[in-house]
Amino acid sequence: MNHEQLLYLLLGAWGTVLLSALTFIFSALLGLSIALMRVSDHPLVRGGAFGYINIIQGTPLLVIMGICFYGPSILGFSDTSPLFAAVLALTVHAAAFLGEIWRGCIESVPKNQWEAAECLGLNRIQRMFKVILPQAFKIAVPPTVGFMVQIVKNTSFASLVIGFAELSYNAKILNNSTFKPFLYFGAAAVLYFLICYPLSWFSLRLERKLTVARS
Amino acid sequence: MTYQFDFSAVLQYWPLFLQGAETTLVMSFWSTLAGFVMGVACAIARSSGGPLTRRIVGGYVEVIRNTPLIIQSYFLIFGLSSVGLTMSILAGAILALVINITAYTCEIVRAGIESVPRSQREAGECLGLSPLQVYWHVILVPALERVYPALTSQFVLLMLVTSLLSAVGTEDLFGISGNVQALTFRNFEVFIVLWVVYLAMSALVRGAFALAGKALFVRKRRLGTPL
Repeated sequence: MNHEQLLYLLLGAWGTVLLSALTFIFSALLGLSIALMRVSDHPLVRGGAFGYINIIQGTPLLVIMGICFYGPSILGFSDTSPLFAAVLALTVHAAAFLGEIWRGCIESVPKNQWEAAECLGLNRIQRMFKVILPQAFKIAVPPTVGFMVQIVKNTSFASLVIGFAELSYNAKILNNSTFKPFLYFGAAAVLYFLICYPLSWFSLRLERKLTVARS
Repeated sequence: MTYQFDFSAVLQYWPLFLQGAETTLVMSFWSTLAGFVMGVACAIARSSGGPLTRRIVGGYVEVIRNTPLIIQSYFLIFGLSSVGLTMSILAGAILALVINITAYTCEIVRAGIESVPRSQREAGECLGLSPLQVYWHVILVPALERVYPALTSQFVLLMLVTSLLSAVGTEDLFGISGNVQALTFRNFEVFIVLWVVYLAMSALVRGAFALAGKALFVRKRRLGTPL
């Protein structure tokens, strides 16, 4: 592998990191809304979030990619960039999973904390934002960091329908012209591993720290 | 600009979709079955094997879980064919899926095995069960029952993710849909149809797993012991 090819792979890795970061930001916002909707008092709001999660979790990411890629153009937005379509699809997908993870975290805050907050005369919004969410946040950090690994890996889906130039796409381009699959896909695997493994490791460490702190 | 939906153009190819859905289910079935068996074996090796075995299985799990399936399948399938080892596309795809899902199953089952309290094990020994009986009745089966929901969702995800293997040329539902897109130029409608079919299939698979769970784990719940 000469250095131009390595540079091309690294360029792909940059695409992967960019896509992951944007997806994480937007899916965190959407996922938090979904999680809050899931614990809402209103059955319609709760049901809506439940439906969203179930539909998205029952759909392959590639199909969501296709709908987000071809959908905007039939709504009259021509020239949607691959980056936009990829971020949109990954956000829609990841928010369903993050929403469900965070709902679990919110619900694992002990029930007497909710009651105590109610006794203090806090209203619903104060209760949620001043008492419950700060505690849920601590529980949510390890699984969220762990889920970022999923996001990074899922960006590779964007190479198929959308053709966004990220790491796996660039590795495939290199292989198509040189036919050295072990070299290029091996190198891509190493790069993915270098991005993902620190996250996995960090998530595990946080989890252990938290369990020790709680027991 | 108003878009004219034309589903009839797409739906006239329903036999193709049906055929693709069948391939998807076949791929999912075999990779789930093989992945489950191998995953449980890996979990046993990782929780009670020697230090070297543990390290090897642990390394395998970490490598698989921290790299995307698409790279794994490219590496395996294009790699094997480049060294002259050719197999049918379907077999290669199933092999890639099995290698992938085994790592996830291993982690889930291992967590279940490790969650069995030591006292349970000792209680089994006190009852005079042989080590094998203890392992089967007290550790493995209860562990599997405990992690069954997590395994189920992992296998549903596996069914959905088989679509990715169309990148190496399998004629599963997603792969077939490429042909329909080429025939009709109705990309958006094709994706809507795919969406509906995949949703139906994941509901089907989820229902099948729920039924199987009820049939498999009808243990002595009436004793009232929490699991």
